[in-house]
Amino acid sequence: MSQIFHPATNIIAKVTIFGALIVAGLLGGVAYELEMSPYYTNVNVTHEQPVPFSHKHHAGELGLDCRYCHTTVEKSSFAGVPPTQTCMTCHSQIWTNSSMLEPVRFSYRTDKSIAWTRVNAVPQFVYFDHSIHINKGVGCTTCHGQIAQMPLTYRAQTLYMSFCLDCHRQPEKYVRPRSEVFNPNYVAPANQLELGKQLVAEYKIQDTRHLQTCSTCHR
Amino acid sequence: MDSGFTQKPGQAVADQPIIAPGHSFKTVTEKISAIVLGKGYRPGWLFGLAISFSFLMLLNLTIGLLLTKGVGIWGINIPIGWGFAIVNFVWWIGIGHAGTLISAILLLLHQQWRTSINRFAEAMTLFAVACAGMFPLLHMGRPWLFFWLTPYPNAMWLWPQFRSPLVWDVFAVSTYATVSLLFWYVGLVPDLATLRDKAANKASKVIYGVLALGWRNSAVHWSRYETASLLLAGLATPLVVSVHTVVSFDFSVGQVAGWHTTIFPPYFVAGAIYSGFAMVLTLGIPIRKFYHLEDFITMRHLNTMAKVMLATGLIVAYGYLVEFFMAFYSGNPYDKFLVFNRLHGPYAFFYWMLLSCNIFIPQLLWIRSVRTNVAVLFVISLIVNMGMWLERFVIVVMSLHRDFLPSSWGMYYPTRWDWATYTGTIGLFLTLMFLFVRFLPVISIYEMRQLVEATSGKKQKH
Repeated sequence: MSQIFHPATNIIAKVTIFGALIVAGLLGGVAYELEMSPYYTNVNVTHEQPVPFSHKHHAGELGLDCRYCHTTVEKSSFAGVPPTQTCMTCHSQIWTNSSMLEPVRFSYRTDKSIAWTRVNAVPQFVYFDHSIHINKGVGCTTCHGQIAQMPLTYRAQTLYMSFCLDCHRQPEKYVRPRSEVFNPNYVAPANQLELGKQLVAEYKIQDTRHLQTCSTCHR
Repeated sequence: MDSGFTQKPGQAVADQPIIAPGHSFKTVTEKISAIVLGKGYRPGWLFGLAISFSFLMLLNLTIGLLLTKGVGIWGINIPIGWGFAIVNFVWWIGIGHAGTLISAILLLLHQQWRTSINRFAEAMTLFAVACAGMFPLLHMGRPWLFFWLTPYPNAMWLWPQFRSPLVWDVFAVSTYATVSLLFWYVGLVPDLATLRDKAANKASKVIYGVLALGWRNSAVHWSRYETASLLLAGLATPLVVSVHTVVSFDFSVGQVAGWHTTIFPPYFVAGAIYSGFAMVLTLGIPIRKFYHLEDFITMRHLNTMAKVMLATGLIVAYGYLVEFFMAFYSGNPYDKFLVFNRLHGPYAFFYWMLLSCNIFIPQLLWIRSVRTNVAVLFVISLIVNMGMWLERFVIVVMSLHRDFLPSSWGMYYPTRWDWATYTGTIGLFLTLMFLFVRFLPVISIYEMRQLVEATSGKKQKH
């Protein structure tokens, strides 16, 4: 009886045994990389905005307080996107002829809001409240990154559930004194864990078991 | 008698040989491989495949619609969130159990009569699990996120809820599918080699050759093969009991009256084997007739399977009795109401149907002339299949539709898409079965050869 297969096909047969494992591993790896890539997470990706607003200039170089524009961050779930009038408190006096700012003046004249492209967003099934985080000592930069160094705003964190849970499971890793919450250049001290534990107790941050229940964030 | 060989006067069916006399290695091999290697396609086979395939296409259509519109196309709603999808899931997964029982437990117990039915029973298991596995996924609402059921490192930093029987189900069913597939395939390897060697054209030689994994019939191969078979049989044996036990936990861990009972695991396992043997008969009787395999699947096989059905059916009947008894004995008003509701409620017709199909009619199997009448046996097997489907309907729907609070009572009416999904999976099952019968040896050739040697009492010429 003649041979159907050349002896070399034995090697193919052997390789395919491991090939399946390799392919499965590769697929898993690709899926993971894709999910963590800026393509999917939008981390470090800037978007075209109607006006190239620079947090670096305003919050960093000029030293405006976050709350000058994001007025409701301490009282409301939503930090608040400033109305055009807020921009015009300064820009009615300075850079009044800048072509870059024409959309702002147009908005002011016509009373139509500037349509910013949203950068940081959590899905609709997530109940997120800025005020509670601010009042319990979670700094702006903890989630929003080095905002005072961003010429154009981009997302600094994935805002995945794992990101939220990192802090909800160990708030002492991130909590800072209330006085430092709006400091864009805050650097965690060397004894962060020690200080954090103290602050968690002082601010009466709830037990991590409570912080992790489903309905804390999915209401 | 249509057993294909004449029965000696006064000889009981149970004492007949498990393979008709006069067969040699050559005739066994020729007869079984001829089904696969014969030229052309029989019109009957083509017709059956076409019908099955059209139902498979209906399944595709339904799944497409389900993915675009969501589970709202089915009749499920609160309070009956588990409708046909779960009924069909349990039904299909139960059917698979006979295959595993035949291939694993009966192998370990050296029951030689299993030899001629184990191959297609295992195929039946595999295809039934494929149909079953589809339902929970489709029922999830967002089937494309099915992998959330498995524990893997994820961006949510969450594991599945390991305390939930629904997660145990994922492990039970996927283990079952894997072991069944391996068992079936390993068993096929020597036969695939036989087909490779007997195939006339190049394409068949290559395809069967690749599938045969280089089997050369050497003593080393056989030694390893025996070890692998025994190991897989050992692995599969606990699965016969464990899979449907875990499926029953889906219900019994919940607190709904009609679900929350300790009888469920054994009663589910018995029911699974009951429905599985019914399905083996439903498939085996036509296969044996159309492919003239009466010499291999003899009256003795049918008779034995009928007895297994009778025995497991009685265990199921005992389960029903215990439910009645516990309703009375526990004094639990909800359990009492459940029994009353089953007998007199809006779905009472289906409960009485269930009792008739599963308990009353199969009692005919006590009679030997019924067990040896192929046509009657076929009808009874269909009735038991239907009865076991009704049982799951009763458990799922009738328990949910009368909850603890009368304000949350409701009715469940399957929509046309419920029926389309159900008949669609039957289409998938039969399509796979038709392809299997035509392209793979429906009876294990080499095991039949061993059987010839064992039963003829003399060494065969190789």
